[in-house]
Amino acid sequence: MATFKDFRNQVKPNWCPGCGDFSVQAAIQRAAANVGLEPDDLAVISGIGCSGRISGYINAYGFHGIHGRSLPIAQGVKMANRDLTVIASGGDGDGFAIGMGHTIHAMRRNIDITYIVMDNQIYGLTKGQTSPTSAEGFKTKSTPSGSIESSLSIMELALSSGCGFVAQSFSTDLKDLVAIIEQGIQHKGFSLINVFSPCVTFNKVNTYDWFKQNLISLNDIEGYDPHNRMMAMQTLMEHNGLVKGLIYENPTRPSYQESVRGYSSSALSKQDLNLPEEKFTELMAEFM
Amino acid sequence: MIEQLSWKVGGQQGEGIDSTGEIFAIALNRLGYYLYGYRHFSSRIKGGHTNNKIRVSTKEVRAVSDDLDMLIAFDQETIDVNAHELHSRGIIIADAKFKPVKPDHCQATLVIIPFTEIATELGTSLMKNMVAIGATSAALGIDTATYQAVVEEIFGRKGEKVVNNNMEAIQRGADAYTASAGESVQTLSLKKADGKNRLFMIGNDAIALGALAGGARLMAAYPITPASEIMEYLIKKLPEFGGTVVQTEDEIAAATMAIGSNYAGVRTLTASAGPGLSLMMEAIGLSGITETPLVIVDTQRGGPSTGLPTKQEQSDLLAMIYGTHGEIPKIVIAPSTVEEAFYDAIEAFNLAEEYQCPVILLSDLQLSLGKQSVEPLDYNKINIRRGKLNDQEIAEREDKSYYKRFELTDDGVSNRVIPGTKNGIFHVTGVEHDETGKPSEVPQNRKDQMEKRLRKIQNISFQNPIYTVAPHEAPDLLLIGFNSTRGSIEEVIPRLEADGLKVNHAQIRLVHPFPADELKPLLQAAKKVIVVEHNATGQLASLVKMNAGYGEKIESILKYDGNPFLPGDIHQQCKEMFANGHI
Repeated sequence: MATFKDFRNQVKPNWCPGCGDFSVQAAIQRAAANVGLEPDDLAVISGIGCSGRISGYINAYGFHGIHGRSLPIAQGVKMANRDLTVIASGGDGDGFAIGMGHTIHAMRRNIDITYIVMDNQIYGLTKGQTSPTSAEGFKTKSTPSGSIESSLSIMELALSSGCGFVAQSFSTDLKDLVAIIEQGIQHKGFSLINVFSPCVTFNKVNTYDWFKQNLISLNDIEGYDPHNRMMAMQTLMEHNGLVKGLIYENPTRPSYQESVRGYSSSALSKQDLNLPEEKFTELMAEFM
Repeated sequence: MIEQLSWKVGGQQGEGIDSTGEIFAIALNRLGYYLYGYRHFSSRIKGGHTNNKIRVSTKEVRAVSDDLDMLIAFDQETIDVNAHELHSRGIIIADAKFKPVKPDHCQATLVIIPFTEIATELGTSLMKNMVAIGATSAALGIDTATYQAVVEEIFGRKGEKVVNNNMEAIQRGADAYTASAGESVQTLSLKKADGKNRLFMIGNDAIALGALAGGARLMAAYPITPASEIMEYLIKKLPEFGGTVVQTEDEIAAATMAIGSNYAGVRTLTASAGPGLSLMMEAIGLSGITETPLVIVDTQRGGPSTGLPTKQEQSDLLAMIYGTHGEIPKIVIAPSTVEEAFYDAIEAFNLAEEYQCPVILLSDLQLSLGKQSVEPLDYNKINIRRGKLNDQEIAEREDKSYYKRFELTDDGVSNRVIPGTKNGIFHVTGVEHDETGKPSEVPQNRKDQMEKRLRKIQNISFQNPIYTVAPHEAPDLLLIGFNSTRGSIEEVIPRLEADGLKVNHAQIRLVHPFPADELKPLLQAAKKVIVVEHNATGQLASLVKMNAGYGEKIESILKYDGNPFLPGDIHQQCKEMFANGHI
């Protein structure tokens, strides 16, 4: 059986020292081993940006695509081979700006993949511009007088988009992060895990300390029920989205693949491509 | 007796004009006539003039006819808009309800039949279409019983009474025509057809069936005219084979999802038209640099932007060849008939896997939507080739390091591994990368990988890259086209020969990489060359000149008003060019 070490490769990440993404990478590797995967069973599909490089840093099948499109690529992979565990991953700009359309529709569609967003509230690889999760008033190179657009409440959006697994975590809480990724992988359907992963170079506001002071653990809220969507929405609104833990799970909603009529119960990629002659004759006859 | 009939039915969109044409055409196809349809329609659902023009012939035809023999009119607008196409022996059969009037200049015979009144008497005015079909049949000397089977197939679910009512509507229409038409009945009697079984389908049906026969099991697509029929057919059929169609949120998702599932080992297509292809351009580049097979169908329509969404055009050609930033290997195939569309769809998947690159199957609106008779397709010509896909060998390798998925090879093609294969882990990235897929900016590596990718398509194997009919060693004229213009060009050649010209024909089927070596001798032999295409800037002519030369001999006949070429358009312009000493 594989251990987390088997999910390591020889590639040295090009992230800045202290970047939150290192812990996310380690958490994915540990979670993959903990749920019993072998490296060959895992595909990590990533977008563009600092965090998008993650597909190259995990010993697994990796696909580093184009900006904002990790989700459609990942959904295509899963549709082709349901035996693979598919993790899509990228940053807040990738998933919530250029790729937002895909994010909402992937949640509606509910194909069984896990989407891990490394949210640092800023564009890092382009050297410090505002992001959809930047707070109003946040000063960056592209918002020198402070952002005048409102910040996106991504967890609320996930709830209203029908997402069946909504979770948020913090990159330094390695143990909790590993556990939540394991749960996300095991959830049958689309799971969204937003991980606050501070950018130590360009974001001097939302720092490690800032998150430690502002994030509330759902474990500390008495009577919190992650199966209660209304309570989830209310809690997010009360705390301005700054909560960590499993926010909502719908364990009964069937995944897209369970719902598609006729969809192959084994990996489609392993099927014979040839059409039997009698079938072909029958198909032709429909045009006569 | 006539060997060929040009028939048109017109009315308001949403009035059942299409189904009238459909029932008429299916019945005649079963009698063994060759049919070729052209639907005039607008980008709206209800209202607005629409018509369905169907050519019926005892010989194979692949073009819209120049004139019209018979016009079925459900409103005055149909007569006003279309009467000019009718020749002097033509017939208009019109519904008495709108008190039809023939335009002054029109010499055709007007026969007025109470379509709506008869239908209403039989229970519902909806059956006026059937009354019209009956009247048509009487005019053509076709037995009304011909429709029995078709009517049963369409209305059988609604019960025997509905079937009988519809058949009675047809009979009443025929009787009414015979009673009121007089002598003109005989002039349009159709010569009997050969009775052979043929398919009656649109190009999009052939592409979809080809995809299925070619092993495609997934499709990701966003609806658009004139491509949607492909996804609509496959969503009905793919579940029988374990697959499905995912309707995505946009064309970017469609193309990238298709890349994901092709990467994971399932033949997957997407299909769209110009606006969708514009959105897919970045994904096409991703397929190119990551060497992931991808099949995209582009059914061209009028551009740019929303352009003429329901009209014929061939203006995506250069965008399909050169579109996407940067430089990638790409194959662009342009079938010229519905049969070719079927076989080329299969071949598109083979080439995409053999050369590990994007393949664009280029169609145009008239090829995609023009419903026509097609000889039965040959099962034995279906073959599936997956190229260098060596999963078994890779699974057995001892080395656990990253697999060299992008290994430099003589032909540029490297072994492909399907994710999930044991010991086959490799990385894929749209960033320039080394042989294992690791990002690399090393200049020599960049050069090696770029050259490797481009090398792949230098000598692609593609059967009949040019459809050629060249009976003359030294023709006066070589006519060149691509996609659906083949039918019009084929039809104009005998007319030009009757004018005393020797004419050869080349229809380019592989537009990229351009088959310059095959075309050059044809260009060399001809005194003059005319490239016939549906765009305003002569894109195919530019390609020919750029790749094969002979620019001094090459002229263009262009049409970009939204309507398909009629053979007469091409004939007239060729004659003028010769008369003016242009050629």
